[in-house]
Formats: sequence, structure tokens, C-alpha cells
Amino acid sequence: MLYALCFLLFMIGLYCAVIKKNMVKIVIGIMVMEYAVNLFLIMLGYRTGGIAPIIDKSQLEPSTGQLTAAFLNSSVDPLPQALVLTAIVISLGSLALMISICVRTYGKYGTFDITQIRRLKG
Amino acid sequence: MSIPLPAFVAIPLVTAFLLPIFGKKGKAAATVLANLATVSLLVLAIVSVGQSRVYEIGKWSIPLGINLVLDGLSSLLLLAISVVSTAAMFFSIRYMEQYTAKAKYLSLFLLMVAGMNGVVLSGDIFNLFVFLEIASIASYALVGFGCEHEELEASFKYMVLGSIGSIFILFAVALVYGNTGSLNMAYISKAIQSSGLNAGLTFALGLFIAGFGLKAALVPFHAWLPDAHPSAPAPISAMLSGVLIKTLGVYALTRVVFNVFGISISTGWLLIALGLLSMVAGAFLAIGQWDLKRLMAYSSISQLGYVVLGIGLGGLIIAEGGNLAWASLAILGGLFHLVNHAVYKSLLFLTSGSVEMSTGTRQMRQMGGLAEKMPVTRATCIIASASIAGIPPFSGFWSKLILVVAAIQASFYWVAAIIVFVSLCTLIMYLKVQRYVFLGELPENLQQSKEAKNSMLVAMIFLACLCVLMGLLVLVPSLRSHILNPAVKVLTDGLEYSTKIINM
Repeated sequence: MLYALCFLLFMIGLYCAVIKKNMVKIVIGIMVMEYAVNLFLIMLGYRTGGIAPIIDKSQLEPSTGQLTAAFLNSSVDPLPQALVLTAIVISLGSLALMISICVRTYGKYGTFDITQIRRLKG
Repeated sequence: MSIPLPAFVAIPLVTAFLLPIFGKKGKAAATVLANLATVSLLVLAIVSVGQSRVYEIGKWSIPLGINLVLDGLSSLLLLAISVVSTAAMFFSIRYMEQYTAKAKYLSLFLLMVAGMNGVVLSGDIFNLFVFLEIASIASYALVGFGCEHEELEASFKYMVLGSIGSIFILFAVALVYGNTGSLNMAYISKAIQSSGLNAGLTFALGLFIAGFGLKAALVPFHAWLPDAHPSAPAPISAMLSGVLIKTLGVYALTRVVFNVFGISISTGWLLIALGLLSMVAGAFLAIGQWDLKRLMAYSSISQLGYVVLGIGLGGLIIAEGGNLAWASLAILGGLFHLVNHAVYKSLLFLTSGSVEMSTGTRQMRQMGGLAEKMPVTRATCIIASASIAGIPPFSGFWSKLILVVAAIQASFYWVAAIIVFVSLCTLIMYLKVQRYVFLGELPENLQQSKEAKNSMLVAMIFLACLCVLMGLLVLVPSLRSHILNPAVKVLTDGLEYSTKIINM
């Protein structure tokens, strides 16, 4: 169910990026898509009632030094969170570049409407 | 000699961040440093030919850590990237004097090279995505570098479609991780082999093909390329058309399809269809163009179709269990065409830059008779045109011949016919370039136009010599068995990739 909602968010972003005529709205659509994917990654690693995947002495078996089964069964997967952090930094970089291109374009054309920004064709 | 693999990423990355420090006063020093970086990458790439190694970052063994993999296919691509970037960087010494902020340009250029080298070497699928984004974001900025009306418009269009492609790829990476529990390509491939493709993985494969197809500008994903490539400064057009669409698009696509998911009959047909569509549509659209660089950009789409067609044909024969020798021949043709196209298309874009610099226009109707004024540019342009049109003994002829022979042997006669037909269209479009740019009458306002200057000439002549000599790569057996055959073998081995990497 949650995955379906996440996919719906992704499709809303794609719709917005493809249909909208305003440059800033297109950028917003792309960012909505990006966040939907980030949300999907986080959900992959999430467990209901999970604990933070941090190992201290209480989580080791006293006799063998191995991780306890309780820890392995209830800790959330930390890897997707690391991936999301990286993905957020990358999308921040491309967002900053996109917005600055929008601002420069507005300075040149005086409009955000992509139907009027059409010097290139063929 | 064994070279540390991270050097391929570290050298351009470190230099890229050093360059902006020089600012306006140290422009000459920054240029020298940037050229040193690309030349040293070229040397490293030549030394690393024929080696195959795995490097584990931070000594974390896979699947826990991230690994860099150098194999035949990677070293072929590294060679292409470093040859083109060396020539383009040398060309920029003189050409970029007309722009301000040269140090920033050089820095973005090297970031793009670092990203591409990383994509080619990475053995981890998320790491591949990160490097792909480094290269793409640097290229979005470079397309808009001139900050004029057209450049900004093209850059925005490129950025929107490129970002959508990247998000598709990230979504596919997430799906793959959710279904296999690994990010290392070798382990993903092992998991897929043992469990088979389920619905989620099939969807991920579709997203990968769409995402990398957007990056490679295959028809129907090509809308951004004819705007973006002509708008960039000429050396950057050469880099984008020459190597960027191939590394981010074709290389990543073939790596994922052949080595991670495994080629199937349906994906083989899909690749052939994409390749044929790109070839025919790109060629028809190119013939009608009057903007010199736009014509070349459309012809890039068409030529990239050949590469995808060759690889797809080989994949289809493998998936159907056909003769492996024919499959290898088709893939050899595709990969050889990839390298050839990197060289002659970047040369064509450099000559177009030299023409644009001296005439101040890209419209072919306003040019003419430049043959006397610019003899060297004309000569190199003829060599590149002959090569791209497939006239013997230039390099393009050999790769197209191999593709035709492979198609006939696998009894795809209609494919062979289309290859020859598109080749004729290519000949027509480059005859048009010769006719309108270099022959005919010299217009009044172009009487003052001058030949390009020193460093630009050196770069063009270097690439023209390569165009003439590249045929030796297949004709001389020892060169073929060192450079091309290992790359072909990586693709024909397919899923054996995972066991090789895990045991290395």
C-alpha cells in the first residue's frame, strides 16, 4: 500500500515535469520525483518497531562475541539511509544549477513560460 | 607496471578543485596544469591496456566495500575518453580565449572527465550512479557556459531530460537493492542467476533501459541532443558527442544488460530496434539541417545507432544460442564503431569550432569558399567526413564493413541493407557540408577569415592522423587481440562476469 502511494507520488512528479509550461514548476516536478525515490529507498530499509543499527556491548552474545539474534531481527537496514544522504546531496547540486539557469533565462527572455522560450528548433 | 585504479578518478578530480584558485591572473598556469592532467590520464590509459584487475576501496572486501574493476571493456572506453579529452583540452587552449572565466571552464571539463572515468571503472551500481551524476551535472553547466539565449534554453532542456533519466536510474538501483539485497554488480548478477527475474527486477531493467537511453539520446529519447550539443563551446561538443553519450549511455547500458541482468531475446530485439530507429531517424533529420553543428549532432544520433545495433545483434545471437563467432563479430563491429566515432565525430566538432571562430556563424547558407582561407581545417574535415561516411581506407569503413558482414552471416539481410543505406545518407550529408562550407563562392563579409591558430591545428591534425591509422586496430592481429578482443570477450562472456570478479 505504502509502496503504491510512493509510486503515485513519483508519477505525480513525472506528470508535473512533462505537462507544466512554467520552468519553475517543471523543476518542482523533478524534485517531487526525486523525493519519491528517496522515500522508496528509506522504506526499503524500514522495519515497524525497528531499533537503530548501532552496536554496543549489550548487543553481543557474552559467550561467543557474535551479534544477538534479537539485534539482527529488529535493527533497521542502515545502507539505504546512506544512499539517500548521497542522493539528497546530488539532487541539491542539480537543483541549485537548475534554479540558477531558470534565473538567468528569466533575465534574458523576461518570462518563465517555455512556450515562449523557443529559439531552437528543427 | 600496475597502476592504482583510483588515479583515473583522483587526478582529474584533484586538478579540477585546484584550478579555480588560480583565478584570472594565473590563467596560463591553470591551462598548463589542466593539459598535464589530461596527458597523464592518456599515458595511464595506454599503460593499462590489456590488464584486468579489481581494486577494493579502503581494503573493504566486496560485497561490503566498493570495488573498481578494470577489464577489457573498461580499458577500451578509458582509452577513448583520454584520447578525445586530450585533443579537446589542447584545442581549448586557444579556442576558449574568446570566453571569460577560462579557469572555471577547465575545472568543469576535468570534473566531467573524472565522472566519466568513474562510470567506466566502477563495479558498484550505486557508485556508478554517483559518477554518472558528477559527469552529467558538469555537462549541464558546460552546455550553458556561454550564457546567451540559446545556450540557456538548450541547457535547461538538457537538464530536465537528463535529470529525469538520472531519477529513473536511481529508482532502478533502489528496486535492484530491494530485490537482491546487494549493490555490487557481481553479487547482484549472482543473485539474479540463482533466483531468476521477478516482476520488480524486470521493471528495474525497463527503467535502466529508459534512463540510460535518455543519457545516450537514442531515438525516441533524443529530443535534447540536437539542442544541447551545438550550443556548447566546440571542444565541449566534441567531448559530449565523442565520449559522454557513449560512456553514460551505451557503456552503462551494455554493462547492466549483458553482465548484470543477462541478455535475453527480448532485450536483444529491443536494442536492435532502438539502434535501427536511431540510425534511420537521425540520418533523415540530419540531411535537412542548415546549422553546421546541428547537422553533426543529428548525425551523432545516427552513428550511435550503429553501435547499439551491433551490440544488440551480438546479444540476440548469444541469447538465441547461435554461433558465438558471429556474435563476437557483431559486437566487435559495434565497439570498434564506438571508438571510431569518438575520434572522427570529435574531430568534426573541432573543425566546426574552427570554422565558427573565423566566420562567426554556424549557418551553412552564409558560408562558402573557405577552402582557400582554411586549408588545414578543410583537409582534416575531409578526412573525418570520409571516415564517417565509410570510404576505404579510413577507419569508419572497417567498422561498417564488420557490421555488414556480421549481419549477413547471421542472415539478417534487411539489417545489412539498412546499414548500407544509412551509410549513403551519411555520405550525402557530409558532401553537403563540403559543398556549402568549403567550396563555392566566398561571401564578401568572410574575406577576412583566417586559418585557426597553433594549438587548435595541432589538436585537429592529431585526431586526423588517428582517423587514418585507426583501421590498423582490426587489421593488425596483435593490436586487435590486445585492445578490441578483450572488450568483446567481456560482453560475450555475459554472466560469467560475476564469478570472475568474486574470485579475483
